[in-house]
Amino acid sequence: MLNVFIHSIFTENMLFAYFLGMCSFLAVSKNVKTAMGLGIAVTFVLTVTVPVNYLLENYVLKQGALSWLGESFDSINLSFLSFIIFIAVIASIVQMIEMVMEKYTPSLNTSLGIFLPLIAVNCAILGASLFMQQKNFPNTGVAAAYGFGSGIGWLMAIAGMAAIREKLQYSDIPKPLKGLGIAFIITALMGFGFMSFSGIKI
Amino acid sequence: MKEVFINPLNRNNPVTVQMLGICSALAVTSKLEPSVVMALSVTVVVAFSNVIISLLRKTIPNRIRIIVQLVVVAALVTVVNEVLKAFAYEVSKQLSVFIGLIITNCIVMGRLEAFALANKPWPAFLDGVGNGLGYGIILIIVGFFRELLGSGTLFGFRVIPDKLYEWGYENNGLMILPPMALIVVACIIWIQKSKNLNS
Repeated sequence: MLNVFIHSIFTENMLFAYFLGMCSFLAVSKNVKTAMGLGIAVTFVLTVTVPVNYLLENYVLKQGALSWLGESFDSINLSFLSFIIFIAVIASIVQMIEMVMEKYTPSLNTSLGIFLPLIAVNCAILGASLFMQQKNFPNTGVAAAYGFGSGIGWLMAIAGMAAIREKLQYSDIPKPLKGLGIAFIITALMGFGFMSFSGIKI
Repeated sequence: MKEVFINPLNRNNPVTVQMLGICSALAVTSKLEPSVVMALSVTVVVAFSNVIISLLRKTIPNRIRIIVQLVVVAALVTVVNEVLKAFAYEVSKQLSVFIGLIITNCIVMGRLEAFALANKPWPAFLDGVGNGLGYGIILIIVGFFRELLGSGTLFGFRVIPDKLYEWGYENNGLMILPPMALIVVACIIWIQKSKNLNS
């Protein structure tokens, strides 16, 4: 479990190894405070959605997953529905979190609320569920650890990026490269840095 | 009408200017073949989801529009995925989860929100095809350079002559690593912006 957790933070970092969640990463990483806000929201949603999708995958979608309904359901394979089910789960959980936050923690809602609609279409969230499907985790706890770890990795990446970009305003960059261009190059360099973690085993 | 189609190819390119759909674009471009397949799949999905949402635009309640859009896109992506599995199994293996990630590709959602919800089906279709191709061009350029410089092949065929290797030419292994995709895109942005600034 610890191994999965550490791996999902460093060697299989959502952003630097798979480039997931890049759009919001580039759009929101202009200052550290909002970047942290989005990072925390993403971590939270990942920790909730990955285990939920894990249960759905193993008790509804996979070949033979419906066998708890009776012998005759053994041969049913619904995995072609997984895209639709996963994205529906994610969108509705995000909507639910928004409503709960609105009701019980209005102060948290005003700071994180603007990010929630962004999260439903963040590739990192769906990506984590799809990777979970490929990895065949043994139980829900490991799946939750994977979701949480991926979220933390993403949070670290976006916070670091935002810090660099705040300093970057004072540097002298060729004009056509300003903004998006230099952001890409920095992400690439950070990616090279994270690659040095590959091969770590615990 | 022509503008709608042409603009996304250069001046308003979804990847380099609007900053959309970078997520899934970069991980698949280490070879040319998956890049081409990915470009085609995205074009199909954007074009048809644009049409469907544009047809439904008057009946979708505003509050739940994102979920409706996601379901339409997810259904289309499932179709694309099954077709690829049937006719191009090897490539669909290489693309693995990235086909599924077309659902959350910001290009699709971005175009649905910005264009399809406010326009008739035919312009929406053109807009979808234009944006899909604009995205595809970048993908193919990146895939071309990464495969050529990284493994010396194109579509799996060797194009760098053996003579060069005898003289000491080496493939640049760095180009295969994921972060290089970002650097190649950054170079494209650099060239494109400096050209558009001048003209």
